[in-house]
Parts: sequence; structure tokens; C-alpha cells
Amino acid sequence: MSTAHVLLGLLAAGPRHGYDLKREHDERLPQAKPLAFGQVYATLGRLERDGLVIESGQDQDGGPERRSYELTDLGREKLDEWLASTEPPAPYVTSTLFNKVVVALLAAGVDRARDYLIAQRDAHMSRMRELTAAKSAVDATVGDVVAADYALGHLDADLRWLRTTLTRVADLQKEVTA
Amino acid sequence: MSTPLLSGTGIAKSYGPTPALRGVDIAVGEGEIVAVTGPSGCGKSTLLHCLAGILRADQGQVEYREQDLGLWSDSARSRLRRTEFGVLFQFGQLVPELTAAENVALPLLLAGSGRREAREAALTWLDRFDVADLADNRPGAMSGGQQQRCAVARALVTEPRVLFADEPTGALDQLAGEQVLDQIVRASREQNTAVVLVTHEARVAAYADREVVLRDGVVDLTGLGIGVDR
Repeated sequence: MSTAHVLLGLLAAGPRHGYDLKREHDERLPQAKPLAFGQVYATLGRLERDGLVIESGQDQDGGPERRSYELTDLGREKLDEWLASTEPPAPYVTSTLFNKVVVALLAAGVDRARDYLIAQRDAHMSRMRELTAAKSAVDATVGDVVAADYALGHLDADLRWLRTTLTRVADLQKEVTA
Repeated sequence: MSTPLLSGTGIAKSYGPTPALRGVDIAVGEGEIVAVTGPSGCGKSTLLHCLAGILRADQGQVEYREQDLGLWSDSARSRLRRTEFGVLFQFGQLVPELTAAENVALPLLLAGSGRREAREAALTWLDRFDVADLADNRPGAMSGGQQQRCAVARALVTEPRVLFADEPTGALDQLAGEQVLDQIVRASREQNTAVVLVTHEARVAAYADREVVLRDGVVDLTGLGIGVDR
């Protein structure tokens, strides 16, 4: 998961300063590592270079000079692409899934978050079928079985989370857009 | 899919005023393993019972080899269940007074096989599922996993065209459950037996070729089996 996509998602609601972005990131994604300011500005710099955001203003407000940024059309397109794509089903993707749901709610609403959850669920389920077939194969080694079990256990946990999150997605939206 | 082996069209079934199924379409191909999943009370067990001809649907059609089972007599449907269908439930439902071998031989005897032939077939199946050494034990002297393996052997001994399995691992620990599922899948592949596998667990559903998710008595195309709060 990239910080860049999360920043694009936060900017979908309107122009923000680097400071606002850091604060919102840390608040909305409490399970993620807090962003360092340096990382926010470096990421914004790359996004600007790639034409995904542009500077939309500066203000001084008595303190140090602050630049605000906004999404470009290309940036919105990249964000939509990310929100519509499923993550490769692998162990330890849960925090990415979580971030994507929150960003989808902020940037595009309940339907987008729901579509994403459904697509991700299908991707997880097909991966679980592949792993199950691999471990049930007649020539599977114990090592294959143990490795498949490891991945299956994590994917199964993700699936439960996907299901319960879907029932809570409307409430979650009220909270993140409050 | 070409003509399915087994299909249900618009299946509806109520228990008194409570609808369990409200118009379900499902098709199972020859040799295909289909998981029927969904939360408790979604109607998945009722669907299995209707497809297996154990329950009569209030509305809709169940067709096996393009024949409408609703038009068959109870005795004709019972005969079908003894020969073409195998049924497996959460708890093995072995006859406690009979030994493992006698339990497994039972469907063959009911279908008219000779005693010796039935016992030999039973021993072959018990051996296949690694419980041959328990052939002369009664169910009370076996673990839950061993009993369920005997029950799978009993469900498959007639080499049915369709196996109906309702939460077949629900009472087992994970490893015992996996052994049972491995056996079901292997037997299905070797004999081209279709399987309707009812389960609420994703890890069990992952043994199937595909899944049909039910919610509140209808097929849920989102695959999530839950309502969406908007």
C-alpha cells in the first residue's frame, strides 16, 4: 500500500496543507504508523512532479508559509484506479484493506467501499481455492501443506473482517466524514 | 455448463408461516463440487434437503437428469436416494448397534446387493479412508473423526452420482475435518461424483469448484451473505 494513494484520497475532499494531511492520515488510519512531515512533503513533491496534484495556494497566517495542494484530474483518475483494484490476496494485507475502505469512504462514498469489499472478497476466495487445491494435491509435501495453511488462516481472518466491515460500512462513513 | 446433472429452479419452501427459501436457482454439473454457503438461517440446509428429494419444495422444480423429481412418487425418490444420491450430515448418523463395516454395507444391502459382496465393498471403502482396522468396531468405540470417515464411506459406497454433504465437518476439529474433505474431494474426482457441500465456513467452501451464497432464502450475488446497511 502506498502513502501516495492515501494522500490522494484525503485530497479528494478538497485542498489541504501538508500539516492537515498528516493529521488526517494519523487520525483516520490509527493502525498505521504515524506519518513524518518529511514523508508527507516528499510524497507531495513526487505527486506534483507526476501531475497528480498541483499547488493551489499559499498562506502565511502569521506563522511559517504553508502551501496547499489539490487533486488534478489525472490524480483523481489514479485514485479511482486504486480504489477499484483488489489487493493481491496474501497474508498481512489487512491494513491495506482497511486503508482502502477508509479512503474509499472519504473519497467516493459507501457504494465504492462496498464494491471494493465485494471484489476483494472474490479475490480472497479464489486464492483460498487455489491454496486448498495445492495442499490437497496427491503430491503435496508437508512443507506445501504447512505453507498453504499459514496463508489460508490469514486469508480466512481477512474474509471475516471483510464481511463484518460490510455491515458496518455506513456507520464507518458517518464517523470518517463527520 | 451444458445440461446440468441436477438443477433447482425457483425453489421455495416455508416452515409454517416462515419462508426458508424464496425462489432459488441452482445448477450442478456432472462431477462438479458446489459449495452452498451463507449465514445461519439463510436456507442452505433446506435447499440441500429439497435438492436431495428429502423435502418437497412448495414451489419450483428439482430436476435430475432432466426429470422433474416433483412428479416422482415417494418410493421412486427413496430409491433414487439409495442408488444415485449419497447423503452425509454433520454427525455421522451411523447405526450404533452395527459395526463400521455393517454400517457401510447397509446402503448396498438396501439396494439389493448380496451380503458378501456388500461386506467386501464396505471393507474396500473403509480401507480407502484409512479406517479398515476399525471395521468390526461399533461407532461408540470410535472418535468423531473416525465415525465421520465411516459415514463418508457409507455415503459413497453405492458410488452415487451426487453426494449431498450438510456441514460434514461441523463436529470435527480442523485436522479431522480436512481429512474428511480431502476424501470427499478425491472420491469426487476419481468417480466424477458431483458434490453439494453445505457449509458456513470459507475454509470448507474453498474445497469446492465454486460457491453459491444464500441470504434470507435467496441467492446473494454479492457473495457476502449479509445485508448491506446504507
